[in-house]
Amino acid sequence: MLTVTDLSVSYGAISALGGISFSIPQGSIVTLIGGNGAGKTTTLRTISGLLRAKTGKIEFLGEDITKLPAHKIVARGLSHVPEGRMIFSNLTVDENLAMGAYLLHDKELLAKNREYVFSVFPRLNERIKQMAGTLSGGEQQMLAIGRALMGSPKFLMLDEPSLGIAPRLISTIFEKIVEINRNHGITILLVEQNANLALEVSSSAYVLETGRIVMQGESKQLRTDPQLKATYLGG
Amino acid sequence: MSEFLQQLLNGLSLGAIYALIALGYTMVYGVLRFINFAHSDVFMVGAFIGYYMGKLVPEGTLWGGLAVLGAAMIGCALLGMTIERLAYRPLRSAPTLNVLITAIGVSLLLEYTGQVFFGAAPRNFPAIFPVRNFSLGNVIISSNQVIVIVVSVVLMVVLQLIVYRTKIGTAMRAVSLNPKAAILMGVNNDVVISFTFGLGSALAAAGGILYALNYPSIDPLMGVMPGLKAFVAAILGGIGNIPGAALGGLILGTVETFVSGSQFSTYKDAIAFAILIIILLFRPAGLLGKFTVEKV
Repeated sequence: MLTVTDLSVSYGAISALGGISFSIPQGSIVTLIGGNGAGKTTTLRTISGLLRAKTGKIEFLGEDITKLPAHKIVARGLSHVPEGRMIFSNLTVDENLAMGAYLLHDKELLAKNREYVFSVFPRLNERIKQMAGTLSGGEQQMLAIGRALMGSPKFLMLDEPSLGIAPRLISTIFEKIVEINRNHGITILLVEQNANLALEVSSSAYVLETGRIVMQGESKQLRTDPQLKATYLGG
Repeated sequence: MSEFLQQLLNGLSLGAIYALIALGYTMVYGVLRFINFAHSDVFMVGAFIGYYMGKLVPEGTLWGGLAVLGAAMIGCALLGMTIERLAYRPLRSAPTLNVLITAIGVSLLLEYTGQVFFGAAPRNFPAIFPVRNFSLGNVIISSNQVIVIVVSVVLMVVLQLIVYRTKIGTAMRAVSLNPKAAILMGVNNDVVISFTFGLGSALAAAGGILYALNYPSIDPLMGVMPGLKAFVAAILGGIGNIPGAALGGLILGTVETFVSGSQFSTYKDAIAFAILIIILLFRPAGLLGKFTVEKV
């Protein structure tokens, strides 16, 4: 579904990604794990068009989207839930969801998506008229994911959904991520620092270290890999 | 008492004009975080479009006046969008200071191009609307004041509906809160910013026409002082805050009128700015603004 070939990105003179390649098959959950500064967020931002690639190619559903402006990439069905959630804090939950469906012109589909989001996150329905900035961290993450679902995405990129969330809610959110993938057939690229959790829900994984992919394989196997265990899984 | 009411009425009608101009400053600040100094000159161009269009319609008719108003608003909306496209969009990723300096440049360009085309001498603005005076007890209400207040209220209600009830309005607020997140929703920020300039400039044009109706001598530098006052009004209400700009305009206009009518009339501008300083000392983010630390 998504194929990244030899992608490199730099911030001025500093190289952030040094030629990475990976591909994500339709219907799967693939995870990108790695420590701080490994280039995980940079990878997602480049795919969604917020950053420009220096070299390399990004193909989505067979189309080269490397040079497409970000708002046009969203229109292709590729949705990015950014790190730190980036909800619109002074807009209501309702308005945030409406923004997620900004490109949707089909009223029926919009109503259907709303219902679907509420079925996944009933909490959002309870908070519908509230300003998004007043939600708890977990609820804001639900809103960020819900907002992305409003636009009928085919492919969802989630950047650190567990960041800054009460531990109790983390498992709920990960259950929902799996549910979205299974019941709605949305392909997911998950970026996580919590490698244990990420490997548990994903089918395959790539390990990123200072802008390079150092390891890749099936999540099941990686979980028992001694080297990975020592570095990322806490022994 | 009647003098108080008379001054209040005069003040509110001046304040409504400041409010219309202030809205443009505040909306552009909202989406781009910079002060569009050329805004006061768009106001001036609005008055001049009114001057020339006024010659094409019969004087002193309501429909003629409204047609002139509409033409000025459309003309200035296009002008504002053109300024944004040519001068500000190329600087989207440049530091704010560069954009500010460019804005001052555009302002000077409009003022002195105006002098080339319209001449530096003041011109008499035609009475495009019917003129009549109504008296309510000892308070005299001129038809121009009624027009100013009615037009401003209608425009502000329409603006409120656009910003809070339409898709593009929600997108405007979203861009203002978090431009990156707005892009990720599929919003073309350039379109939203352009729309914001168009909207703000149309309001400035309406302000220009209404101002010229009450102070019917127009020249290419006429925007400087009202523009500065409206800028103060926007800061006073909390820059970036739409109801704040309207409130700031009304307060400033009212205070200025009351001071003009008192023995301190020569100090009216000084007092207006002194009020700004005092309010900002106590509420640094303005009356309705929320204090936030600018992220670096």
